[in-house]
Order: sequence, then structure tokens, then C-alpha cells
Amino acid sequence: MSDKLKIRLSFFGALLFWILFAGSNIYLMFVRSYEMKVDYSDFFPQLSFSLFVIFTFIYYRYVITKADSLNFTDLLWKVFITGLVTTLLSLAIQGFFVLFASSSIVESPLTINFFYNILAGLVVIFTLSTLVVWKRLILYQKSKNLLQLWSFFEFAFGGALIFDFFGNEPGNAYFSVAILVLVLFSVILVFNLKWVAYLNFRQKWKGILFILLSGIYLYHFLRILNWFSETDILVINMLERVFILGLFGFLFAYAIISVLVTLFNLPTSSVFEQKLKEALDFQKLSQSVPRGETTDQTYETLIDSAMSAVFADAAWLEIYDDEGKRQVIRNLTDEQVDAIKEKIENKFILDILNLRLLKDTNTSKLSGPLKHPNYKSIMALPILVQDKQTGYIVLLNEVSEAFNREMVGIVTTFVNQASVSLENLTLIKESLDNERYKEQLKIAKTVQKSLLPTSLINNSHLTMEAYSQAADEVGGDYYDILEYEKNKFGLIIGDVSGKGTSAAFQMAQMKGIFHSLVREKISPKKFMEKTNLALSKCLDKTSFITATYFDIDTTENTLSFSRAGHCPGLIYCTKDKSVNYLESDGMGLGILRNSTYDKYVVESTTGYGDGDTLLLYTDGITEAKNEAGEQFGDERLKKSFEAHCTKEPNQIKEEIKNDLSNFIGELTIDDDYTLVIVKLKSDNNG
Amino acid sequence: MAEIRKEHKEGVHIISVFGEIDAGSSIYLDNAFKEALENNEKKIATNMSGLEYISSAGLGVFISHLEEFENNNVKLVLFGINEQVKQVFDILGLEKLLKIVSDEKDALAAFDE
Repeated sequence: MSDKLKIRLSFFGALLFWILFAGSNIYLMFVRSYEMKVDYSDFFPQLSFSLFVIFTFIYYRYVITKADSLNFTDLLWKVFITGLVTTLLSLAIQGFFVLFASSSIVESPLTINFFYNILAGLVVIFTLSTLVVWKRLILYQKSKNLLQLWSFFEFAFGGALIFDFFGNEPGNAYFSVAILVLVLFSVILVFNLKWVAYLNFRQKWKGILFILLSGIYLYHFLRILNWFSETDILVINMLERVFILGLFGFLFAYAIISVLVTLFNLPTSSVFEQKLKEALDFQKLSQSVPRGETTDQTYETLIDSAMSAVFADAAWLEIYDDEGKRQVIRNLTDEQVDAIKEKIENKFILDILNLRLLKDTNTSKLSGPLKHPNYKSIMALPILVQDKQTGYIVLLNEVSEAFNREMVGIVTTFVNQASVSLENLTLIKESLDNERYKEQLKIAKTVQKSLLPTSLINNSHLTMEAYSQAADEVGGDYYDILEYEKNKFGLIIGDVSGKGTSAAFQMAQMKGIFHSLVREKISPKKFMEKTNLALSKCLDKTSFITATYFDIDTTENTLSFSRAGHCPGLIYCTKDKSVNYLESDGMGLGILRNSTYDKYVVESTTGYGDGDTLLLYTDGITEAKNEAGEQFGDERLKKSFEAHCTKEPNQIKEEIKNDLSNFIGELTIDDDYTLVIVKLKSDNNG
Repeated sequence: MAEIRKEHKEGVHIISVFGEIDAGSSIYLDNAFKEALENNEKKIATNMSGLEYISSAGLGVFISHLEEFENNNVKLVLFGINEQVKQVFDILGLEKLLKIVSDEKDALAAFDE
């Protein structure tokens, strides 16, 4: 059953039983007044009345409980409005009797009982709606015990309804006991007034007004009921019922106590509001990160909440961070701030202002007197971010001894919370920066990959294969090949000292140099001299580059090369089936940065036959270490090449990579490493 | 992971290097050279007998001081280099620029030439 249906059903139930109650009541009146010989007790009207009460109660329970969002003043407003409507109706009834006071109609039992039934209905409606509202107020911040007590109380009222069937009258001992039971419950329950504390000053005044008016309604109803009961021709007298009397008593008692308590709470309500504001400010500070605020906004919130928490008249805040010095000032000019700084005598506060925070901050020393014409009290607190003092906050008051230890405590919590927020902001910023660097490195990696040739030469003259791996995102190894003239190729392999970003930049320079020099069709020695000259102007003092440059003439089947400090390449010679080093003297590039370099670089030329294969590499390969700390070394590389040198370049590449990874095992190579394999072919020399 | 020791013998400033010189530890060697230059040492011998490995950054330290040594008339002699390290110097062509002798005795004698 939906709540809506329940509300409707209970409404119609209440209406139906009220009609039955009124009808049977009038009927009973006739039976009695004409002494008709019909066996008819007052059981039926009693039953109808009880059911009417129960349905009305259920109705209001759903109507009022449903409106969960209602605050306390809204609830009291409801009581006030229901009271107003029912009171106006009851006044209309009273008006009728006054108006026709001279007429016999007002003395007719029928008229009296008829209107009395309506009045009873109004009384039940008002008292029960008020009861439900009182219940909500009493059960605010309920405990299990309180809930239990309340349900006993409701059962007691249920019991009172049944008790009334027996027609006990006031004065009767049973009647007194029943009333006493309800009074006892009421006395315990009326002191549950926690809701009062949650009203602010204005709401409290409103509450007092509404409850007082409700009390007046209750009094009015009592009076009018009493007026009717004096006529003495009522079939059922409401005032002789334990239920009604108990209800009136309880409602009155709670109204009186509520008004008194609210009245006494008026002076302290500002304190409560203050505390509530502190809690909200605190929350505001702690949520500044999720709200995506900047550090500046956090400082503004901090200074404002700290000021309102300790009733400061003026304040300023100073922060020294990456963005330099920043100040947030409230109710002061820059000149005043400087003037106050000079007036400070408290050593602890001076330390804080000079960012010389001592480890143990004694809260009692953070506030003190100030010798200043306008401001007599000062409080200063350090602002710490990641355990480093980055600034401070100063609060001022015009009154002397305005700050106490408790206030220092409150501001400390504010500052701490702000620090947490600021730390989080810093962390978020750092992680964003890191993300950005990673993103940029990724870009650098793509750019650098594009520096290495994507299409290697594979034609009737030579087949080339290469593999290069950087230790970091970007590396300093370089190889390239260019057919600078028909059947003539320039081939280079190079290694920039160091690794990482700086190496990668120098590798890019190397590519530029290579591409411009190759087209000059110069000899390998000349190539190295010019490269050294170019690099000596841009290389960092501790950096150098090693390289080997090959000039391959596939028409003449000759190979000229110059080695500049680079690990000598290996060549497999098909004719005598041997693998040999391409040894020659040669100094690394960038070591001697003048023309004396020319003396240290030489050029060698050799012929080659069909199938002769070159293996070039960087020292990342030979210096790769296994778990025992041994290097892969020249010998192992040579052996590996000897084992596979007759295969095709791509196979040789894979085999050497295999041998290398078998050697190093689980470890990774902490350097850039590169392999270049060139198989030379010749038509003339089959 | 490198250790640098300094001593004076017969008017020669001897810098002894132990362990591995890589990008991280090359700074210690660099500082030792800088300090020797500041102290106006003219005869510097480097004992490399305890050096197990030298990376390109370590070689960079030698290279970066070459010019300065020459300009200040400082003579640098290396001795006790093991085969593996020697090979690195050789490949790079540094053996042409640096005086490399076998042991301390030869090194000290080299300054009298």
C-alpha cells in the first residue's frame, strides 16, 4: 500500500466513523429522551468514537511523518494552522449559540448534541495533529529507550480509549488511577527538548509564538467543551473521558515546557550558531580540494573562518611559496600591517612571522597583548605545508586579552585543515605536472624514433637490418644510411655519451650533421673532422660522441671508413670465412675541440666480396651485464656473430639479440644499445 | 659506487680511484680534479688500479679537464689501469692524449722526464 493510499483510506475511515459516531449519538439521544423501549447501550457511539480517534491519528501520522523535510518551525506552523481552522469553526458554533440565545432552538438537546459532535470532531482533529507534531519533536535524536517509552505512552492512550467504554466518571478511583498513569508518562516525556537547541535566534522566537498560540487554542477548546458539559444533556461528555483529559494535559504540559525552555535558550543560541558556523567553515576548508579551488581561495576561506571563529577585528595572512610572497589582508592597510609588525614584542610570534618556526609550539604563547593604539590583542599561527612553514596568519582584536587558549585551538584546527587542503592541492599539481612530463617524453620518444631511418636499404647492392633500444624514453644511439650518389652509400653509427634527454638532443644534432655532410661527398676522414668541428661548438663540455662512418661504393666494391672512438665493427669475409675487427685509430668526437683533432683520425679502405657482412653496434651491447656482473664483452659478441654470420641480416639480428638476452637473463640493459647489420653484395665477384 | 683517495708523494698529487665510475659517481672524480686545480697542483697522478669500470660519463670527466690541464701546465699521468678499462680508453683514442704508465714507480718517474 502506498502512503498516498494509506492517507486517503485513513481520512475516509475517520470521516466515516465520525458520521457513525454522530449519527448513533443522536439516535441514542432520541432513545433516551423519549424513553423508547429499545435495548441500545452507548457501546456503538463509543466504538465509533474510538475508531474515529484511531483513524485520525493514523491520518496525521502519515501526513506529518511523510513531510520529512519539514523543519521545526514548519511543524509548529502546521499545528498553528490546524488550530486556527478548528478554532474558527468552533467559534462559529459558539457564535451560533450566542446569536440564537433567545430562541428555543439552542436549548433543544438535538441542536446541542449535534453541534457538540462537530466540536468533538474538531477537538480530536486539533489535539491529535498536535500530538503527532509533539511526537516528532520529542523523538528528535531519539534513543532506543525513548522510542520504547513513547510506544508505551501510545499504548496507554489506546488503553484510555478502552477504559472509557466502561463509563467511569471523574472522582471515581479507577478514573483517577488512569489519569495518573498518563500524567506519569507525560512528565517523563515532556523533558525531551533537544530540538530547541537547533533553532537559531529567529526560529526560537517563532517557535515560542506558535506554541503559545497552540496553548491558547487548547485553552479555548477546553473552555468551550466545559460550556457544553454544563448543559448536562450530553450523551457522551468529552470531559469525562480519560483519553481526552490525558491528551489535553500532555499537550498543555509540553507546550508550557517548550516555551520555557526555548525562552531560557534564547541568550545562548548565538553560541550554538557560532559553533555551527565553525563546523561549516571547517567543512568548507576541508572540501576546498574536491571543489577544485585554488590555493588563493583556500587562504581566503581560512582567514575569514578564523576571524569569525575568534571575533577578530582585523587579520592578515602571509604566504611564501613558489609564486613568491602573497598577502591576504582584512580590515587593515599595508602600512598598518607594517606598523603592527614593528610593535610585536612576543618572541614566539616574532619567530612565526620570520618563518623561524620552533619545533614545539606552545599554544599559550601564540597569543598575547599588543602595544598598538587600535589593537590590543594579537594571535599568530604558522601555516605548515608538508612540514615546512610556508607562512603565517595573524589575528587582531581591539580589546585586550581577547584571545584565549580555546580560540588558539580553534584557529589551529582551521589552519591544520587548510594545510591538509593545500598539501593535497600541491600533490595534485605535482601529479599533473608529472603527467605532463610523461606526455612530453612520449612525444620526444615519437620524435626521436622518427630520427632513425624507417626504411632501410635492401637492394641488389646491400641489405641492411638494424635494431635499437633506448634505456630511457629517449636515447643517444644513432644510425643512418643514405645513398648520396648512385650506388654510393654513406653509413653511420654513433653513440652519444650518457643517456636520456640530453643524449637524445645531441643525437638529433648528429643526424643533421650527417645529412648535410653526406651530400658533400667527402671522405670519411674529412667527414669526421668536419663533424668534430661542428659538434665542438654545441656539445656540452663533458659530453662526447663516438661514431664510425662508412663510405660504401657498390660499383667498385670498396669500403672506406673512419672510426671516431666508436667500438670497432666486425666484418665477415666470405672468401676466407673469417670474422675480423675493422680496426683503425681514431679519437671520439668532441674530445679535442680544435684542429689538432685532425691528427687523431684516420681513414682505412678495403675491398669486399659478395656476401661479406658488416656488424656494427654500440657499447650498450658489449657492456651489458649478467647477474654475476660479467659483461657480454667483445669476445662473446664476436663468437655470436661468427656462429650466425652466414645467415641473412634479419636472422643475424635476431640470433645476436637472442644470445644477448640469454646471457643477461632476467636483467635489463641499463644503456642504449644498437645493432646494425649490412650484407654487401657484388655482381662481379660471384 | 666509487671511492676516491688523495695523497702526496714526492711532490706528486696522487688521486686513487676505486670501484666503478658511472654517471652518478663521476662527480667525485670531477671534484677531486677540480680541487687539485684549485690547490695549484702541477703534478697529478691518477691511480686506476682499483677502478673496475668506467662509463662514458667518467671518461667525460677526463676529457673535460684536458684543456684546463694543458692551459695550466698541469701534467697528468695515469697508472695501474686494468685491461678492460684500458681498452675503453684505447677505443676512444684517449691513450693518445693521456700519459698512461703501468705502475706508481713509472708514474712518479714520468714527471721527471
